Amino acid sequence: MHPLAEKMLRKSALPSIYCPGCGHGTVLNSFLRAVEKLGIYENMALVGGIGCSGWTPVFINTDTIHSLHGRAIAMATGLKLAQPKRKVVVFSGDGDCVAIGGNHFIHAARRNIDLTVVMLNNNIYGMTGGQVAPTTPYQARTQTSPRGNPEQPFDACELARAAGATYIARWTTAQPAQMAKAMREAIEHKGFSFVETVVQCPTQAGRYMYGTSSAVKLYEMLKDNSVKASKAGELTPEELTGKIVVGRLLQKTDRPEFTEGVYGLSDAKGA
Amino acid sequence: MNKNIEIVQGNEACVRGALAAGCRFFAGYPITPATEIAELMALMLPDHDGAFVQMEDELGSINAVVGAAWGGMKACTATTGPGFSLMQEGIGYAAMTETPCVIINVQRGGPATGQPTMSSQQDVMQAKYGSHGDYEIIALCPSSVQEGFELTVKAFNLAERFRVPVVVLSDEIVGHTREKLRIPESVEVTPRTAPMAPPQEYQMYKVGPDGLLDGMPQVGQGYNILVESQAHGEDGNRKGNDIVTCARVIEHLCAKITDHAQELTDIVTLDCEDAEVLVVAYGSVVRSAKHAVRLAREQGIKAGLVQLRILWPFPDEALSRLAASASKVVVPEMNIGKISREVQRVLGGQVKVVSLPALGGELHTPQKIISELGS
Repeated sequence: MHPLAEKMLRKSALPSIYCPGCGHGTVLNSFLRAVEKLGIYENMALVGGIGCSGWTPVFINTDTIHSLHGRAIAMATGLKLAQPKRKVVVFSGDGDCVAIGGNHFIHAARRNIDLTVVMLNNNIYGMTGGQVAPTTPYQARTQTSPRGNPEQPFDACELARAAGATYIARWTTAQPAQMAKAMREAIEHKGFSFVETVVQCPTQAGRYMYGTSSAVKLYEMLKDNSVKASKAGELTPEELTGKIVVGRLLQKTDRPEFTEGVYGLSDAKGA
Repeated sequence: MNKNIEIVQGNEACVRGALAAGCRFFAGYPITPATEIAELMALMLPDHDGAFVQMEDELGSINAVVGAAWGGMKACTATTGPGFSLMQEGIGYAAMTETPCVIINVQRGGPATGQPTMSSQQDVMQAKYGSHGDYEIIALCPSSVQEGFELTVKAFNLAERFRVPVVVLSDEIVGHTREKLRIPESVEVTPRTAPMAPPQEYQMYKVGPDGLLDGMPQVGQGYNILVESQAHGEDGNRKGNDIVTCARVIEHLCAKITDHAQELTDIVTLDCEDAEVLVVAYGSVVRSAKHAVRLAREQGIKAGLVQLRILWPFPDEALSRLAASASKVVVPEMNIGKISREVQRVLGGQVKVVSLPALGGELHTPQKIISELGS
């Protein structure tokens, strides 16, 4: 076992529930590297949602809450307020984060509470067998869009930006080192930070939407379709169709952080 | 004037009780007739080094409460019917993960938006079994401002002892009544204790000989806790496919409450010693029932009152004993007679049980209750 895995994985929870070729393991790998580099292994707490992605923190031997579908960010909000100095990281899927948990997501961003949300986006409901998600491309075929998806997908990063997040980055599993660096920046950032990780799902998304169950081919697609945020501005909307804009999309420090605001109230007068 | 006596609203009494019991976290969402609890928590918690957050909805509120509980804080929320419905998912989570927390439900008329400003006791069954799956919780019913304080303190203490969500089933009448609150010099508080077992030997969900878990660890104490909402083994890891383990989990969640039914009996009686006809009541209806029993006694009717301060678990044994020599039991309640069915279940074989519902938001008048006591 890799020394990092030896040190940080919760061995009693293994083997993982991930399918062969799943991209979630890459996200887990990047996260452990970020944690090691930041030296926060003893000073973090993790909250997972429900779905394949939500299991990610369960495999890490730290204080972990495996919450309810969509409620990870709400639970993390209470946990962060109880322990403001702790680094609290949420692992959520695209359905978990922006469908059933969408309201908690936008309000946590609005508050600019010092949480890091890692969204593992496989563009589909994987655990339940491949149904259409709020991130599934328009007209894509899934088990609940067998004649093509009639809905437009969310851009979760733009949603986070509009709601008030103060750090946003997106990387795919084809850029694990950059993903780890973004996680480091996100965790160090004071305020609501959001890292979208675009992951391959050979079992469901690959099979139904992309015409291949080959993890290698899907990985190549993620790599080929990635466009650096610095270059994206030069492309027309047509040229950007089907592309994944990767990089640090936002970092700002001009909005007050929520937890500090809450604990600053003891000096303020009541009505 | 005694400085420890104040005239306050029932909702405020719950807030005072919560703070006295050590509550340091509140997450809620405004909803009539429970809103004053959130307002007062927002005002008072900062002076107790606590945190208040108004969440985006009641789903968020109950989950934030659970998160804060694992962060080491005693935590509660307050709501009424519609919000209580939304919270059921999170209450089930708290039951499954054995998270101590308190939910104050200031009941109003339902279903749906129902009667926002009118009282009811329609949520008694929802309080017991509102979330999916098999589990047991504890519910307490204050009938006065004083009991709003005392039973909220008790709710926090029971939540810690039994590692369970505890519901304070208040109602609009109790919540909005202003009357005397005598604040005790000190209250007995059950502290949150870390597990006896050291981290390397600690098992999250290992049940002790008393049917309860070993203390309550919190994030940051080195236990590397795994709070798992899937049916889990003693170490917290998922065991959703393991029939024996899953059966044991459910048996434990229920038995830790039902096996302690005697400790969890809280009944106040009035004139029961020689009573031939008993009134069994809880919550604000007790106020009318007390008056009815006194008036009935003046009329020569041997009436008595059994007040259920803890509604769940239901006090089968104590009720059976108290009704041993009665010939009739009347159950006035502000719903379609939900608890009368429980009374019927317990006493049906030995005594006539009469359900006396009041719907629409009006409290029973004493006369209405007396009219059932005579014949």
